[in-house]
Amino acid sequence: MTELSELYQEVILEHSKAPRNFRRPETTNHTAEGYNPLCGDRYTVFLALDGDTIGDIGFQGAGCAISKASASMMTQMLKGKTKAEAEKLFAQFHRLVTGEDAADDHGAELGKLKVFAGVKKFPARVKCATLAWHTLESALEGKQEAVSTE
Amino acid sequence: MSSMAVHRTGLAPETLDTERIRRDFPILDLTVHGRKLVYLDNGATSQKPRAVIDAMVRYYQHDNANIHRGVHTLSMRATEEHDEARETVRRFIQAADASEIVFVRGATEAVNLVAQTFGRANVGAGDEVLITAMEHHSNIVPWQMLCEEKGAHLRVAPINDAGELDLEEFGKLLSARTRIVSAAHVSNALGTVNPLRTMIQMAHAQGIPVMVDGAQAVPHLPVDVQALGCDFYAFSGHKVYGPTGIGVLYGKEELLAEMPPYQGGGDMIRSVTFEKTTYNVPPYKFEAGTPDIAGAIGLGAALKYVMALGMDRVAAHGQDLLAYATERVGAMEGVRLIGTAPHRAGVLSFLAGDIHPHDLGTILDREGIAIRTGHHCAQPVMERYGVAATARASFAVYNTREEVDALAGGILKAREVMG
Repeated sequence: MTELSELYQEVILEHSKAPRNFRRPETTNHTAEGYNPLCGDRYTVFLALDGDTIGDIGFQGAGCAISKASASMMTQMLKGKTKAEAEKLFAQFHRLVTGEDAADDHGAELGKLKVFAGVKKFPARVKCATLAWHTLESALEGKQEAVSTE
Repeated sequence: MSSMAVHRTGLAPETLDTERIRRDFPILDLTVHGRKLVYLDNGATSQKPRAVIDAMVRYYQHDNANIHRGVHTLSMRATEEHDEARETVRRFIQAADASEIVFVRGATEAVNLVAQTFGRANVGAGDEVLITAMEHHSNIVPWQMLCEEKGAHLRVAPINDAGELDLEEFGKLLSARTRIVSAAHVSNALGTVNPLRTMIQMAHAQGIPVMVDGAQAVPHLPVDVQALGCDFYAFSGHKVYGPTGIGVLYGKEELLAEMPPYQGGGDMIRSVTFEKTTYNVPPYKFEAGTPDIAGAIGLGAALKYVMALGMDRVAAHGQDLLAYATERVGAMEGVRLIGTAPHRAGVLSFLAGDIHPHDLGTILDREGIAIRTGHHCAQPVMERYGVAATARASFAVYNTREEVDALAGGILKAREVMG
């Protein structure tokens, strides 16, 4: 596979065209906005936290294929996870897309998210892949202001 | 310079010999991701001809010294070369006198300089500054800062769907409270060439001075500040084949003479005591501290280079490429051009169907093609068109129709990759 086709894998393209959980859940208690001023990508992540558990999660907004697919797959992965599990996943995902992952990070936990491994060959796109995750982190921490990946 | 003075082809006297020009730019031999570099991001910064690189190296190897200081040989040589660069700039924009040429870091600093000196001295509470809806952030934010400080109001003349200034609205917004108009000569995001002469006449009829942001214009159009009649004109060296870190503010002599200094320091003074300092005359009054001497010399070499090509031919070449790209890329299925004014220069801004510009930029890069993607530091323009970003191809003297074809091929490839 070329680096390009590794980046734009079928599953990533599919999620970017038909994003999952692309909605505002009926009840949300944590919300944050994420913005990449460099390219104009902008997403809002909505959480319905049930104690420490992510009961429901959705997102809205616009951006490139990488950022949108990443947001979509993130929401799929996180439903039912605890805050601590979500934060651990983000750390692993971050290492995956920056190429800092050790072999043992490739465990079952990242699962489908491993399709984003191709991002590490495109350093300029790491911010796209992590925008939704940074926004999630901000929502979990209850920050109200927009987070920026710049 | 004489060896490159004439770049005409035998075919059409008004066009450039791009093949020969390309040999003047060492970086164009590069391959990127195994592909021949197709550099179409000239609106962000242009590549540098050997004449510029050599002039700067020669200065550092043979003439380096501080200017306006020593009586020693090198200092005099450096001073002479710096003065000569200023004279070259004067000639390039047809200013009346070299004292009207202030060296700054770039167009951004030029706008800030005028806002902080002329602006602070002349704009008060309730006054207005008029700009247009197609400005780069660098011609918005310095005025916003001034207005906030002074309790003044920033007014914005609207543009139509094609990206042309609405002259009627512009006229209505000129009021007894307007203290200065500042407008782009050429829009960096849309390519629109503004009808500056008309705008300046309209403003001057009410005694309002006009500043022009010429950063995107000087690489593409012959500029004559006296014929335009503008009061200030700003541009960056690096977009017109010069080095980064050097730019120009032109100001009419009588305005520069009245304006307070910008920064305090060496070279901008006539005499200093702890009680009182008297300032130097323009342009030195606005050039505190040791300037970017090598940068000015490099800029001088760049402007001599394009003047030797002939700015009329440079403009014709740019128009030909833009027309070809508009036709070639504009005709592609799903492509939407952003900015369709009949009078444009240098820039093709577009969207390729539902492919996000960022994805397009990544895929083109793998084809060796460099374009700009994003909001182009013109977020209000993006908002006007309801888009977050566009892809922008911008041209220079060394670009060819074949490179436009490569861009079109890259867009097709992107469509393939993105499915």
